Amino acid sequence: MTVRASRHARRLGRLLVTPSVVALLAWMIVPLAMTLWFAALDYRLLDAGPARFAGLANFAALLADPGFYAAVITTLYLLALALALSVGGGLVLALLLDVAAFGRGALRVLVISPFFVMPTVAALVWKNLMMSPVSGVLAWIAQGLGLPAFDWFAHAPLVAVAIIVAWQWLPFAALIFLTALQSLDSEQREAAQLDGAGPIAMLRYLTLPHLARPAAVIVMIETLFLLSLFAEIFVTTGGGPGNATTNLAFLIYQQALQSYDVGGASAAGLVAVVLANIVAFFMVRLIGRSLTA
Amino acid sequence: MSQIELHGITKRFGDHRAVDRIDLAIARGGMTVFVGPSGCGKTTLLRLIAGLEDPDEGRLLIDDEDMTGTAPAQRGLAMVFQSYALYPHMTVRANIGFALKLAGMARPEIDARVERVAAMLHLTPYLDRRPAALSGGQRQRVAIGRAVVREPRAFLFDEPLSNLDAALRGRMRVELRRLQQELGTTAIYVTHDQAEAMTMADRIVVFRDGRIEQAGRPLELYHRPANRFVAGFIGSPAMNFLAGPRAATFGAAEIAIRPEDLTVAAEGWSGTVTVVEHLGAESYVHLVLEDGAPLVLRSRPGEEPANGAKLRVAPVAAKVHRFGSDGLALG
Amino acid sequence: MKRGAAHRIVLTALAWAAALAVAFPLLWTFITSFKPELEAVAFPPRLTGVDWTLENYRTVLDEGGYARSALNSVVIAGASTLAAMALAIPAAWAMAFAPTPRTRGLLLWMLSTKMLPPVGVLMPIYLIYRDAGLLDTRAGVILLLALGNLPVLVWMLYTHFREVPGEVLEAARLDGASVVQELTQVLLPLALPGLASAFLLIFTLGWNEAFWTLNLTSTEAAPLTAFMATFSSPQGLFFGRLSAASILSILPIVAIGWFCQRQLVRGLTFGAVK
Repeated sequence: MTVRASRHARRLGRLLVTPSVVALLAWMIVPLAMTLWFAALDYRLLDAGPARFAGLANFAALLADPGFYAAVITTLYLLALALALSVGGGLVLALLLDVAAFGRGALRVLVISPFFVMPTVAALVWKNLMMSPVSGVLAWIAQGLGLPAFDWFAHAPLVAVAIIVAWQWLPFAALIFLTALQSLDSEQREAAQLDGAGPIAMLRYLTLPHLARPAAVIVMIETLFLLSLFAEIFVTTGGGPGNATTNLAFLIYQQALQSYDVGGASAAGLVAVVLANIVAFFMVRLIGRSLTA
Repeated sequence: MSQIELHGITKRFGDHRAVDRIDLAIARGGMTVFVGPSGCGKTTLLRLIAGLEDPDEGRLLIDDEDMTGTAPAQRGLAMVFQSYALYPHMTVRANIGFALKLAGMARPEIDARVERVAAMLHLTPYLDRRPAALSGGQRQRVAIGRAVVREPRAFLFDEPLSNLDAALRGRMRVELRRLQQELGTTAIYVTHDQAEAMTMADRIVVFRDGRIEQAGRPLELYHRPANRFVAGFIGSPAMNFLAGPRAATFGAAEIAIRPEDLTVAAEGWSGTVTVVEHLGAESYVHLVLEDGAPLVLRSRPGEEPANGAKLRVAPVAAKVHRFGSDGLALG
Repeated sequence: MKRGAAHRIVLTALAWAAALAVAFPLLWTFITSFKPELEAVAFPPRLTGVDWTLENYRTVLDEGGYARSALNSVVIAGASTLAAMALAIPAAWAMAFAPTPRTRGLLLWMLSTKMLPPVGVLMPIYLIYRDAGLLDTRAGVILLLALGNLPVLVWMLYTHFREVPGEVLEAARLDGASVVQELTQVLLPLALPGLASAFLLIFTLGWNEAFWTLNLTSTEAAPLTAFMATFSSPQGLFFGRLSAASILSILPIVAIGWFCQRQLVRGLTFGAVK
């Protein structure tokens, strides 16, 4: 009788969870299985003929394509640069905001805003209003400093894209660091002060170790999003000049919706999945640990 | 006369028996206090009685009716939680009246009962506030009012005073006891504080490791502890325990003596005073005997020895509690 | 002591300078949106003697594309969030209040679906949508965004529900509340603020989503993300108009974002940072 009550609750629980699980299963398994299958086909939408089984030919073509390696390197380069800029900048910003004497609410509003700007707007605003060598703000600053205007998208397109992306993610990093900083036990700080720790020692031995975990979380979450960076490239460089800013996501897009090479795009897509899974593995472990804590 | 009866109640969490085959009868109209160290199963037992947990074995009778699998709401019990568990989105009035509203009582009747209870608990000025705008003591009284208003068969109190400061706790103890006696409602009160148990209880049940160590009236437990655990748990400062040859002279494996049952004597155990606690009405003298055994004795103020003094103490022979090697009281 | 105070003022000034620098591109866009086109591209830019105008806004609004895209954005972000909520609320409730030994694994599995890169399934989704007639339809985008945000939402609601003190629900049960009454009269009012901010955060994520919206819509169902992409060339050379359209596309959502920044930290870090 008593057991029935809890079994009843559990059955109800399962009933309530099922729709979400089924929806996500369908969303994950079905398309992924199709990608796997397509990757083994010679299947081009522009060819009239039917799709033919091609085995590993798509992967072989991928591995023989220098563009593929370039895309992987571009992906990782963008990732590293955007991460360094946003995490480093976010940390400095959070430390400053944490000690700011007044206007903290307004400061937060200013800092968080870029995160809520849609990628296409962020990219276009930066490309045209900020980085334009003819009339951009950065060119104006350069002129003020007596430097020649720099054509970002012609001479350092990857750096330009990375800056745009870092600008969007910097608020996220700053906000999380700030939240973590504010959860630092004030008695711990006071104890350290009584132990004779100066501001530098405090930062080094108390604050930064406290931020290690949030930093790891930020890096992983940003990594997941940055690996599939697309819109910013789509509206600024279109992958160019040449293929200078073609990352893996953009390469797949080109193969899929410009060349309509279903097989090739799927094979490259699987590479992207594997890459993301490596990060996801570590991330799930980290989050799983915090779930039990 | 018993109103709540437990027969062989057992609750397991995994392999651990939090409550282990408990048989207990709870008298009508009295205040029964469950006391014991944390993790002893007293709160789990209370929750089993409330119906918030289901027992793995055993039966629960309330007013001779089998309530073992009955839903909490149908048992006619009201509970006061340690955290008070007030509904934060409701006013004091709505908090107290919520159960009546759910029971489908008419609005004017609800209002009348809520007003009456609020007056009894001095909550009338706060009826339209939310819990967040109340002090700890006021929240506590709202939680009690929520229980009282239902006119339940019994109150269940789960460490209700532990979140209050010491002074308020002392006042609320008395107030709660007075209220319970006025209403004449059966109450079960869980606490880990033996002093609270002693002052409030008609009957104390001492728990350890999911089992009952002893049940009885407060002074019964104080004067005739059934075993070493109860002897050590009830009373503050705690009893002095002595083993070895000193116990052997009393024909026991271990003896226990309350601080007030030790006197300074010409013939006795000799020791050195280490600390003297001056409490005003009485003082407690901490000694170390020659073999290093610590001892506390009560002394009248003004008669305390000085720190470092050497003296001899002896127990009042009739007040020595004797225990066998199994920890049970002898004769 | 004096030195500490001086320090603090310097650091505060630095904080303001840094925050203004971060927000500068947005502030600049806002200013530029009120400049006539010739002023907007003038070099060096001017802040005085400008003939401030609403002309850019008028142009953007008159051209029609904006209104339709804005409506699409509202419908797509709104409907996908509602659909995700409808699935996530019961699931999160069950996992928080009737956990089983498998709940933890289930939560982590849901999270891992979020980590599937969209490009990995671009091809099959595109072909399914083409064959099902879902390309460039709002329904198609709504479905994808709802599923994509479902794991995040389940997590946010789960951590939120877990913070409702269990004793309050038990008190309700002892007071005689049925399961439905417990839900509607106690849990829901308690959880409402959290539900609202979760809704807003997921809404902003849906509003800003720019992979599926760019790849699966063209005209009929194009939301503002896709509308803005049309400024990439050569229209983007009209800086005033670009700025006005940008401000119109982001202002409401940035304002909403300010309200749910608390949820943002907990929601997007899956409870790993509190």
